[in-house]
Amino acid sequence: MAEITSLMHGFGVALTPFNLMLMFVGVILGVVIGVLHGLGGANGVAILLPLTFTMPPTSAIIMLSCIYWGALFGGAITSILFNIPGEPWSVATTFDGYPLAQKGRAGSALAAAFTSSFVGALVAVILITFLSPVVASFALQFGPPEFFSVYLLTFCAFVGMSKGQALKTIASMMIGFALAAVGLDTVTGQLRLTFGFTELLKGFDFLIAVIGLFGIGEILLTLEEGLAFKGAKAKINLKVVLETWRELPRYWMTSLRSSAVGCFMGIVPGGATPASFMSYGVAKRFSKDGEKFGTGQIEGVVAPETAAHAAGTSALLPMLTLGVPGSPTAAVLLGGLLIWGLQPGPLLFQEQKEFVWGLIASMYLGNIAGLIVVLTCVPLFAAILRIPFAIIAPVIIVICAIGAYTVHTSMFDVYLMLVFGVAGYIMRKLDYPLAPLVLALVLGDRAEDSFRQSMLMSQGDMSVLFSNALVGGLTGLALLMLFWPLISAGMRKIRGG
Amino acid sequence: MHDNKDRPAASTRTAELVVAALIFAFGATVIWDSVRLGARWGSDGPQAGYFPFYIGLLICLSAGIIFFRGLTDRTKAAKPFVSRGQLLLVMKMLVPSIVYAILIKLLGIYVASTLFIAFFMRWLGKSPWAKTAAVALGVSVVFFLLFEVWFKVPLPKGPLEAWLGLD
Repeated sequence: MAEITSLMHGFGVALTPFNLMLMFVGVILGVVIGVLHGLGGANGVAILLPLTFTMPPTSAIIMLSCIYWGALFGGAITSILFNIPGEPWSVATTFDGYPLAQKGRAGSALAAAFTSSFVGALVAVILITFLSPVVASFALQFGPPEFFSVYLLTFCAFVGMSKGQALKTIASMMIGFALAAVGLDTVTGQLRLTFGFTELLKGFDFLIAVIGLFGIGEILLTLEEGLAFKGAKAKINLKVVLETWRELPRYWMTSLRSSAVGCFMGIVPGGATPASFMSYGVAKRFSKDGEKFGTGQIEGVVAPETAAHAAGTSALLPMLTLGVPGSPTAAVLLGGLLIWGLQPGPLLFQEQKEFVWGLIASMYLGNIAGLIVVLTCVPLFAAILRIPFAIIAPVIIVICAIGAYTVHTSMFDVYLMLVFGVAGYIMRKLDYPLAPLVLALVLGDRAEDSFRQSMLMSQGDMSVLFSNALVGGLTGLALLMLFWPLISAGMRKIRGG
Repeated sequence: MHDNKDRPAASTRTAELVVAALIFAFGATVIWDSVRLGARWGSDGPQAGYFPFYIGLLICLSAGIIFFRGLTDRTKAAKPFVSRGQLLLVMKMLVPSIVYAILIKLLGIYVASTLFIAFFMRWLGKSPWAKTAAVALGVSVVFFLLFEVWFKVPLPKGPLEAWLGLD
């Protein structure tokens, strides 16, 4: 098994004292980010990215990915104790987690949530370990048309999976593409959409967009709800943990199903949030206690947490192997790779073995570190949430401003961040999904390049996207996803009437 | 009893229409600029506006349909987009944030942040002076140590830092 050897080598890379320290720092920062409103996985990583420019890439990605794991863990704490999801993917965790906390079983709910997160992540990491080398070597034969059809599939999958908001998904995504086109066109050397503003020459940096849309937008949205949080007391000790662990094997089927849902949704860019809802729904339908869901069932915490973590982790698989991120946070990490001068995609597995396997090994270690940190430090993190929002909110805005400034040491980016913040607030209120916008902004140039190269190969003939079985299959699947909202609406009509 | 605070400042439909119109205008701008650059097939391949042209077209198309759907949607006409009380709270955050962004340029980020946090804690949080001062100064000092000393990332500084010789 070549993978095992590579993985062992990866552990050798990841297991240095410096990297282990970064892992714990990353996880703790991540949990804090996950607990706090206005700081999520994507913008937390975006803000800290500039600080890692001087580190070796492997150490940097280990720290940043650990922030991501921490944020995934942290979301559950606020959901269970405060009935406020710290992250969108932990909304489904509130359904049964908060009732459990009200019954005085907050400790068991937390222990179950953390353990299932860990299980979900572990399944996804094992999948990454064995599947990604296969996908990468397969993708080595890809030419521009194949890559373009993969991008097409990624974006069409967003449309297909948007719940009743297909048009808004398209609008949001296309805004992202348009923003990505702003600035100097690298092929022709012409200026696009700059209208004479020198600030726009370098285009829109997606890091600024992420910090504004997710950070400032989220703060404004939270503020609407008022300023006070009231939460349940967190008591978690070894006895509660062990009791919960004894109970958990009963739900092995739910865990397995949720991991499968999560991995699938993470690889096709559905993301952690729909995965958690879908998995909760599936668990409710198949569980023999299904009708008791929503009143405080451990199983109702296991399902969404397992799926969210599995999806969040497996979103890195297409990012590493194809250069197509499956979630906004994966997109930010991809941006990081580009900044460090690494080209994500199939060649990464050939040319940067040390980096790739170090990262994969760190996923195992980072999640173990995460589990230890959250199980031991819950009361500490819950205390953070009790700090009044009137203190937290301005501090988060200061952090966002510093983060935006450090990307290019430019004041213009700070103003831009506020503009994106207002846009994010309004878009969120009107149900425009933000993830497609961010992904399009990150992938815009690469998607356009592969499109141009394909068109050059075929002299402008679109049929190149159907020229062989592989590219034709991908394009066909993409079109199916794109028109899925129409198809399913049509089927419902036929069946209904 | 109808509280003035709960009165909607705008209906969801109005917001929906305005945003769709703005997105349409944005799409139209993209199309206009792409046509200016050339959105057709040049002698050496696709011109610079080729790809963005279709992007702009899709923006206009989706925004147009959202707009016309919004016109006929009755349920959204009754639904409030944001109440006056909520809008007031959001503005209380947004306006100081804009002032803060301007102050960064004038006073440097550390002084501006101290003032911003202090203003917020006193005004919205009603914290006592001592606590306000401690938190606002503490946060800025921690950030100063973190960025200038530890990570050596220079942030914008103003007259105070120059006077203290920290620049």
